[in-house]
Amino acid sequence: MHRKPGGVVTAILLLIPYLGLLCVPFYNKREPELLGFPFFYWYQLLWIPITVVLLWLAYRRVRHDD
Amino acid sequence: MTTDLDLTAISIFIAFFVLVTAMGFWAARWRRPATLASLDEWGLGGRRFGVWITWFLIGGDFYTAYTVIAVPALVYAVGAYGFFALPYTIIVYPFVFAVMPALWRAAKKAGHVTAPDVVYGNYQSRWLELALAATGVIATMPYIALQLVGMATVFKALGFAGEIPIVIAFVVLAVYTYSSGLRAPALIAFVKDIMIYIVVIAAVTVIPSKLGGYAAMFAAADADFLAKGSGGLLLSAKQIVPYATLALGSALAAFMYPHTLTGIFASASENTIRKNAILLPAYTLLLGLLALLGYMGHAAHLQVKSNNDVVPALFQTLFPSWFVGFAFAAIAIGALVPAAVMSIGAANLFTRNFWKAYVNPAITPDGEARVAKFTSLAVKVGALLVILFLPTKFALDLQLLGGVWIIQTLPSVVFALFWKWPKAPALLAGWIVGFGAGTWLAVADQVKPLHTFAFGDCEITAYTGLWALGFNLATVLIVTAALRVMATKEG
Repeated sequence: MHRKPGGVVTAILLLIPYLGLLCVPFYNKREPELLGFPFFYWYQLLWIPITVVLLWLAYRRVRHDD
Repeated sequence: MTTDLDLTAISIFIAFFVLVTAMGFWAARWRRPATLASLDEWGLGGRRFGVWITWFLIGGDFYTAYTVIAVPALVYAVGAYGFFALPYTIIVYPFVFAVMPALWRAAKKAGHVTAPDVVYGNYQSRWLELALAATGVIATMPYIALQLVGMATVFKALGFAGEIPIVIAFVVLAVYTYSSGLRAPALIAFVKDIMIYIVVIAAVTVIPSKLGGYAAMFAAADADFLAKGSGGLLLSAKQIVPYATLALGSALAAFMYPHTLTGIFASASENTIRKNAILLPAYTLLLGLLALLGYMGHAAHLQVKSNNDVVPALFQTLFPSWFVGFAFAAIAIGALVPAAVMSIGAANLFTRNFWKAYVNPAITPDGEARVAKFTSLAVKVGALLVILFLPTKFALDLQLLGGVWIIQTLPSVVFALFWKWPKAPALLAGWIVGFGAGTWLAVADQVKPLHTFAFGDCEITAYTGLWALGFNLATVLIVTAALRVMATKEG
């Protein structure tokens, strides 16, 4: 990545999902349940929209040449 | 499962198959260029695929038919551990967002068609190019074979005995890929993906209501795991590191495969790729819901001979015939799209990084397209022969090794996009060590994806591909340092 002002913020936005999903002991739990889903399942599914929002924020920070 | 033929299901199945075949042949005229006789047109669809076509194409070839069968099967068998596909297919997208636009730019600027093309452009090393191209081809072949396994599962469930149906399906696929190139799977992906979305949405809404809701479904699976004494709704302490490393390693490997990279290179722009990194997680949601079908299998008290039969058996038990035909067609067509893109990706590699590099450097664009078309046929015939004459386990083992191998190409493909310091000899040494160590560890473990290293009293079990990537990276750093020391002494 070419060094651009704010490149660090973009990098952090992109790294957050790795933190959220690779810290497995944090979410390897049954409670709290949501709509019948144990925490393990709904927590990971929740990271889909969270990642989409983070990527969208990162997208807005990239300079678009095309 | 019923053994007598279900004519409604079979008629609907065949109708969709015929529709898709017609589309495959018609695709040669879709967005028709002046000529299909160049690798840019045949193998990359003219590099003009916009956001939506790319979304359907990558979605169609990354989330394969085998996934639709195998992920729920694994969840059915072992529970939570089978879910690693979910974090894997989430964290892959920040990686795609950060890396793939730069790779696309490098390829577009110089007219490169494959990742080894880009690497040769950066380093001018024929050895490194050859190592990467060979890795790509051998990692892809068993992947194609697995698509046939996915297709065979639904053929069997429909009651078609023997191997003739699969041979017919594959020959038809081979012929329209030959004539239409990447345009065929791109067009078929529209139909396939929409069908799969309909099937999964129907499954995750209708099935739980028939089986008493999600809570009851999880409870049924939990009870079965307890009775069986293995598996569970949560990971055991020993599964935590394997789960995380399998997710990370698979995410790093996913876009090193020729078929996924073909989708990247065929995009119209860098922003097409960035927007797709934002939009493709929709398929991950689908995959997450699909994985739950494994638990629905427990709630429906299915008795299956092989875990792979869970999804077909679930549909046959809970849905009317016409929908079973539709769902099975979605899965079988779902095998055709990735199989086509994989064979095109492998053909592009052979043409650019072997034929052009060693056999005929002066080859014309027209000649390149001809070599690639022929290679795509040969690759598919090879995969078909593997499935017909070798045990399925052979393809499964090779596919697992393929993941360990393909991840070793990452430093060579990615580093030059960001840094100037790595040199070709260091990257090649890293590839050799990573490939050798990964193969040796995996084979020593009877072809299992996990390897345990003991550091004193502390034992760590992690994904073998990631261990091998660690050795690969360490080698790159050590050789780079050694080259610098030698250079300063000489200077």
